Amino acid sequence: MYSFEPSEEQKMLIDAVRRYAENDVRPAAREAEETGELPMSLVNKGWELGLLQASIPEEYGGFGERSAVTGVLAAEEMAWGDLAITLAVMTPGLFAVPILLAGTEEQKKEYLPPVIEAEWRPYTAALIEYAFDFDPFELKTTATAQGDSYVLNGEKAYVPFAKDAEAMLVYANLEGKTQGFIVPKGTKGVQVAEEREKLMSLNALPLYRVTLENVRVPKANRLGGEAGHAFEPILAAQYVALSSMAVGVSKAAFEYSRDYAKEREVFGVKVAQKQAIAFMLAEMATDIEAIRLLTWEAAWKIDTGKEDAFKEAYLAMTGAMDMAMMVTDRAVQILGGHGYIREHPVEMWMRNGRGFATFTGLAIV
Amino acid sequence: MTIEFEAPKPIQKQQFVLETVATEMMRSKSRYFDEHEHEIPYDYIEFMHTAMRATGAGALAPRKEKKKEGEDKPKHPPIGYQMLAHMLEVLSWGDVGMYLCTPGGGLGAAAVEAAGTPEQKEKFLSRFMGEKPTFAAMCMTEPQAGSDTSAIRTTAVLDKETNEWVINGEKIFVTAGDKAMTLREQFGKGFIVVWATIDPSAGRAGMRAFVVEAGTPGVRVEKLEHKMGIRCSDTATIVLQDVRVPFDHILGSPTVEKTTKGFKGAMATFDATRPLVAATGIGVARAALEFVKEKLAEAGIEIRYGLPRNKLTSIERDVIDMEVMLRSAWLMTIKAVWMADNKMPNALSASMSKLKAGDVVTKITQKAVEMMGPLGYSREFLLEKWFRDAKITDIYEGTGQINRLVVARNILGYRGSQLR
Repeated sequence: MYSFEPSEEQKMLIDAVRRYAENDVRPAAREAEETGELPMSLVNKGWELGLLQASIPEEYGGFGERSAVTGVLAAEEMAWGDLAITLAVMTPGLFAVPILLAGTEEQKKEYLPPVIEAEWRPYTAALIEYAFDFDPFELKTTATAQGDSYVLNGEKAYVPFAKDAEAMLVYANLEGKTQGFIVPKGTKGVQVAEEREKLMSLNALPLYRVTLENVRVPKANRLGGEAGHAFEPILAAQYVALSSMAVGVSKAAFEYSRDYAKEREVFGVKVAQKQAIAFMLAEMATDIEAIRLLTWEAAWKIDTGKEDAFKEAYLAMTGAMDMAMMVTDRAVQILGGHGYIREHPVEMWMRNGRGFATFTGLAIV
Repeated sequence: MTIEFEAPKPIQKQQFVLETVATEMMRSKSRYFDEHEHEIPYDYIEFMHTAMRATGAGALAPRKEKKKEGEDKPKHPPIGYQMLAHMLEVLSWGDVGMYLCTPGGGLGAAAVEAAGTPEQKEKFLSRFMGEKPTFAAMCMTEPQAGSDTSAIRTTAVLDKETNEWVINGEKIFVTAGDKAMTLREQFGKGFIVVWATIDPSAGRAGMRAFVVEAGTPGVRVEKLEHKMGIRCSDTATIVLQDVRVPFDHILGSPTVEKTTKGFKGAMATFDATRPLVAATGIGVARAALEFVKEKLAEAGIEIRYGLPRNKLTSIERDVIDMEVMLRSAWLMTIKAVWMADNKMPNALSASMSKLKAGDVVTKITQKAVEMMGPLGYSREFLLEKWFRDAKITDIYEGTGQINRLVVARNILGYRGSQLR
């Protein structure tokens, strides 16, 4: 059957996330962006919503089952509040979800329970590399087998919370395949840059460059063990996560510019009463809905194990990066000069908007 | 409820049959009927009529599911519009011009279904299950009034002596108007639904729809248009001169209350049919995209899904963008008909799906011709035809601009007077 209505359980969760996004996240977003300081009490509050905990089964310390559909519904709502704070709340998932998806029984038992302890803890992952032709399938960071170990060499970029991370899932090129390696805190050869990354947005999210120099991890730390793992399902889960966040950010920008256009007078009418503006808004709303549905379907395909889940997740992500740029750009345009002023949030969302072309690796559901 | 994207079983079952029809009966004749404008595809019509009689499927307005005695609700949630959307998509993938020749009442029957009384439905709609294929058509547009339907000048005046409505006016762009109104031995007697005003001073409040049967004196099919595409489908000009129809041929309420109920009746029809029109365009665009992918595959070109965008070739980017557009437009269409089936107000979703489909099917077919170069432009293949066929999606049943207006008013909470 077709159905476009979330379950009762999902609706309750969406409501809770929406309240958090509206009452807690949105009011804190601008200051966090300007000061670069992440309000950790807020991150903890978001963590207490239990999104990650609910996607991990009881035997590994959680209380539920992973659902990409539930994940994208929640991520959209939270990103509507603020993208940087949402990414921070969800960062431990970057470490935990791939282990849940591809880890061995031992890895799940060892690594999952500590991640989802009561408090939010900085567990993270390192995928992105600092190159214009960065390709998650052709990483420049290498892994080579040496005796009982794998040795990692290379440089990773945009690694959230790398400085304090309890453990990091490092993706590296092992004989042409992208594979994850669990690198615990204090492992020799891991150097985290002193300075945080400086990006066009996400100032509140502490991101770091990480250098790996002959980093030696036991063979048992390869994600999925000796046999390794497929990378596509992990990437698919990242695509839909980002794509739903792109929908959330775009929705925020659309709503703000729509409300502004209904207030602002021009030539004796509201600016929204001009077709030039009204039609822009109509197209924004339409394209947001288009990508939302594509994201939902991709997530549903992930959950139901459809063969083309990866392809559709990729399509959703590709569509989302265009849509988010279009919508957030227009939101600024509709506010005119005011849109360009940092008193209004739309310019921040526009800077977020371009990021979805680059953020693969920063979110997962 | 939960979010789900699996097509219901009955839809999956009909899909295979429809694909066979689309390939065998439609695709193979596509070029012929494109080049022989106004020839009637009798084989296809006869076949569809027989098939639809046997299965009871196919009218633009789905039949209500019969309740079993002692049951409050039908066993399964209704999926009539969803089935139709799928059916139209596949048939249009075969040939949209020919699909528009499908007997069963089309938009005319949809209007009766949306605005008629139970008696009227019985009287006018039962003919479509008769022995011969039968057509009906919707007459809305006039030479001076297209999207602005409130500017319609066709009048209907009640002759109190005979208790008949007397209709005068000229209607253009009537899809299947010829097949509905010209009496032929191959077809049953059809009708048109004519939108006219019963009180020109009342504006939209005076607008009503009237059923005019084929063979009624004073109605004539004046001309058939020569079009860019969908050439298999006739587009008629119909002149009505002192046409008399019985009193009960007015759909809905005959009194002129100062409301826009009649007009809203017409608009309600659009809520149901806009996503269906979207589905037809999507079928055409899918045909074009599949052709492109087939030609690329023959040339050994593989689309590398998952590659970062800046590493894709221009052709890969185009194909991927086309897939994003096509799939998301289709999902919007499905959502709009799913809402219709579940009796949720779907004016916004319906208009959004039509807006989106109009945009993407024109873009996809235009890009496809560009990508295929000399093959795309040549009449040896059907791609150039799909380019011509697709364009109408952004025009009929409300242009892309009208749908933007509907969507904009909806999201802004504006009435027509606030956003013109």
